[in-house]
Amino acid sequence: MTRTDLQRAEPKPTGVLSGGSPRVAALFLTPALLLVVVFLVYPTAYSLVRSFFDARGTEFVGVDNYVTAFTDDRTLVALRNTVIWVLVAPSLVTTIGLVLAVLTERIRWATAFRLVMFMPLAISLVASGIIFRLVYEEDPDRGVVNAVLVSVHDAFAPAAPYAGARPREGGGLVAGPDGDLVSAAPVGPRDAVGLAITGFDPADLPPRAAPAVLPEPGEGLRGLVWLDVGGTPDRTGEVDAGERGMPGVPVEVLDGDRVVATTTTGDDGRFTVPDLTDGRYTVRLPSATFAQPFRGLTWLGPVLVTPVVISAWLWIMSGFAMTLIAAGLASIPRDALEAARVDGATEWQVFRRVTVPLLSPVLLVVFVTLVINVLKVFDLVFVIAPGSVQEEANVLALQVWQVAFGAGGGDQGLGSALAVLLFLLVLPAMVFNIRRFRGDRP
Amino acid sequence: MRSWRCIGGLVAAFLAAAGCAGPAPAPARPGPLSGQTIEVLAVWSDEEQAAFERVLDVFEQRTGATVTYVSGGDEVPTVLATRLAGGSPPDVAGVAQPALVRTLARAGSLVPLDPETEAVIDAQFAPVWKELGTVDGTLYGFVFKAANKSTIWYDAEQLGPGFVPPRTWDEFVETLRKLSDTGDTPLSIGGADGWTLTDWFENVYLQTAGGEMYDRLARHEIPWTDPSVRAALQVLGQVFRPEYLPGGISSALQTEFTESVVDVFGEDPQASIVFEADFVAGVIAESTSARVGVDARVFPFPRIGPVSSVVSGGDTLIALTDEPGTRALMRFLATSEAASIWAAAGGFISPNREVELGQYPDDSTRQIAAELVGAETLRFDMSDLMPSAFGATRGDGFWRAMQDYLADPSRIDEILAELEAEATAAYARGDS
Repeated sequence: MTRTDLQRAEPKPTGVLSGGSPRVAALFLTPALLLVVVFLVYPTAYSLVRSFFDARGTEFVGVDNYVTAFTDDRTLVALRNTVIWVLVAPSLVTTIGLVLAVLTERIRWATAFRLVMFMPLAISLVASGIIFRLVYEEDPDRGVVNAVLVSVHDAFAPAAPYAGARPREGGGLVAGPDGDLVSAAPVGPRDAVGLAITGFDPADLPPRAAPAVLPEPGEGLRGLVWLDVGGTPDRTGEVDAGERGMPGVPVEVLDGDRVVATTTTGDDGRFTVPDLTDGRYTVRLPSATFAQPFRGLTWLGPVLVTPVVISAWLWIMSGFAMTLIAAGLASIPRDALEAARVDGATEWQVFRRVTVPLLSPVLLVVFVTLVINVLKVFDLVFVIAPGSVQEEANVLALQVWQVAFGAGGGDQGLGSALAVLLFLLVLPAMVFNIRRFRGDRP
Repeated sequence: MRSWRCIGGLVAAFLAAAGCAGPAPAPARPGPLSGQTIEVLAVWSDEEQAAFERVLDVFEQRTGATVTYVSGGDEVPTVLATRLAGGSPPDVAGVAQPALVRTLARAGSLVPLDPETEAVIDAQFAPVWKELGTVDGTLYGFVFKAANKSTIWYDAEQLGPGFVPPRTWDEFVETLRKLSDTGDTPLSIGGADGWTLTDWFENVYLQTAGGEMYDRLARHEIPWTDPSVRAALQVLGQVFRPEYLPGGISSALQTEFTESVVDVFGEDPQASIVFEADFVAGVIAESTSARVGVDARVFPFPRIGPVSSVVSGGDTLIALTDEPGTRALMRFLATSEAASIWAAAGGFISPNREVELGQYPDDSTRQIAAELVGAETLRFDMSDLMPSAFGATRGDGFWRAMQDYLADPSRIDEILAELEAEATAAYARGDS
């Protein structure tokens, strides 16, 4: 602002330099030019040249590297993710920043609040990445998000009594499609079946559990659900001394898909279903009894990993957007807002019709800056995504590094080609920003 | 295979590239090489660096030479390539990939070992190790620090005094099943790092298919769709089961190597058995309060085939300059005397068979070292023998395929077909 005022105040600086010698001008320009050439122009040009050579840098390969870039699955995934990032992240952050800036404008401790919001920006991206890696950890004992999910879930749905138990191989049961345990072979109305369970600590059985004894065939379908663990001798699929029945297990008898009878096992794990008509039945133990405890979501799995990394970036950048927008907000003419209010506009209308349009230059600059920032996002993805989903979370900037330096040496030809692509993507945003800055001047 | 020292290496690489690493030259000492300076660039950092510098100190005292050490961590190949391109290579380098030694030797960047050093290696190393350092008939280097990747670690406290380490694969599977019967999840796998999974595969493949097939697969002379690969994966599938892994498959895929060790030996154990090389001891010492050899014990990778097999890794020392100091240092480092210094410091295993087992600090390390020098079949880590774009890239190639297999074993054919396509492309490019 000050500079514009000065320029306006003084006469145009024509003729000031024209009298001086071009040599003096060159003298003053050379150091700056040299720096620009050495540190910016040369590396850019060299990358461009390098992208037409092979991995060793000795053989000219034309556009081969670019063809590889657009046919390689990994790069295409990286490109897709970069597009997702550009479409989603900057607009979200700008919106959140705008809302926060407007909301904090009139509260008493605005500065303190903004300071807190701004703090994540002071943490390095790698450190933030490590924090979010832990936040989204799958194990609810470590990851806070899953810890919350599990607490909420368990408050409404109690844990299964025999969580984690599974059928013993060759023990009369198999895992059904929905996690139910079903009898391996059809049973008749006067059979006696043994259904062996494993994967559960005998010490965790309810105290009332009585020793398991296989029922004799007789009236009705009889069966035994027992924990086939820790007996002597410890044979699998057979009832041994020391093995106990599993009390309180719901049992369903199915004729085809239709449930014809339900019962529950007794303290010794036995159950009897009388009065079945002749036929072949399936015994089913519903999955709810054995379901693994709920452990939250696989945040860092292939599906959710990109949203997760974007959320970490939101946390970091929202404060930045808020601060810039708040600064813009402060320079909006108060009288425009007052006039709107006097004319009877609601707060929403003021925000929608006056504040946002007046702020739009600032919003645009913030947005474009964020786009550039998003295109170079690298460390967050590298740190947050575990190696097993790095491919799914990959972005262009990370791919450049991995191709060029990642796997011990790597292919700097292809890496340069990708870097050139990235450069082309950033270019429009940069041109736009430069134009804007120029346009600000009279 | 070395991602765990990645970050440190990265920093070191930037420092080295910027030319600001390395201490100021020390005053010259008296000795035959007085006034000479020798620079060593190697993968070892932190405690490993400290131990190696102790070895170098002995050399300095004896010869009067000044040896500076630069740690390159994971980035040694990049740093080395940059230094070579810049015309100022270090005198001696320690690299983790035999493939890199081959590439450098063929590019003429290496100096062959002199006859005296070769004589030391002939006398003190098994022939298989000499072969590893030989490119096209010329001996260029030797493995100084070896890793025995055929070891399985267990927490003796959790498993109790009655635990008998399984010797065969079937016993191993039975052990896991028994432990999981009572609802335990015994096996910790660091599946977020692909290299732990490829190490699993390599151990099984070496035993089920044999050393010759192993070599051919490493050179990609047989395709990944070969029935032997499929068979080995299916054997591996007997232990890669959700009921054996804490938190199931998806947790295993998010667990890094270090974490997988802490999950067994840490304060809040999730499992009781973890597989990886002897460098697990380093993680145990650094991140847990368990004692190696007391709480943390090892047994050799269970036998599947008839002969004892060991998959090893290791850092190879190579010479890049033809100076008297370089030659003297290489000769010294090849001897059992040099290896014994580091052996006593711990976290180190030497392939040099003259190193007394008594030098190692604890029983577990002694056992691992004895297995390594006594193995009937010994092969180098396959992923380190491959083009690194295929064999050692995070989230791609070999690493990725093993993660995919762990995630969903039913996709085995699809995974192997994909792997074969990637291998064909990577070997055709033929980088190191």
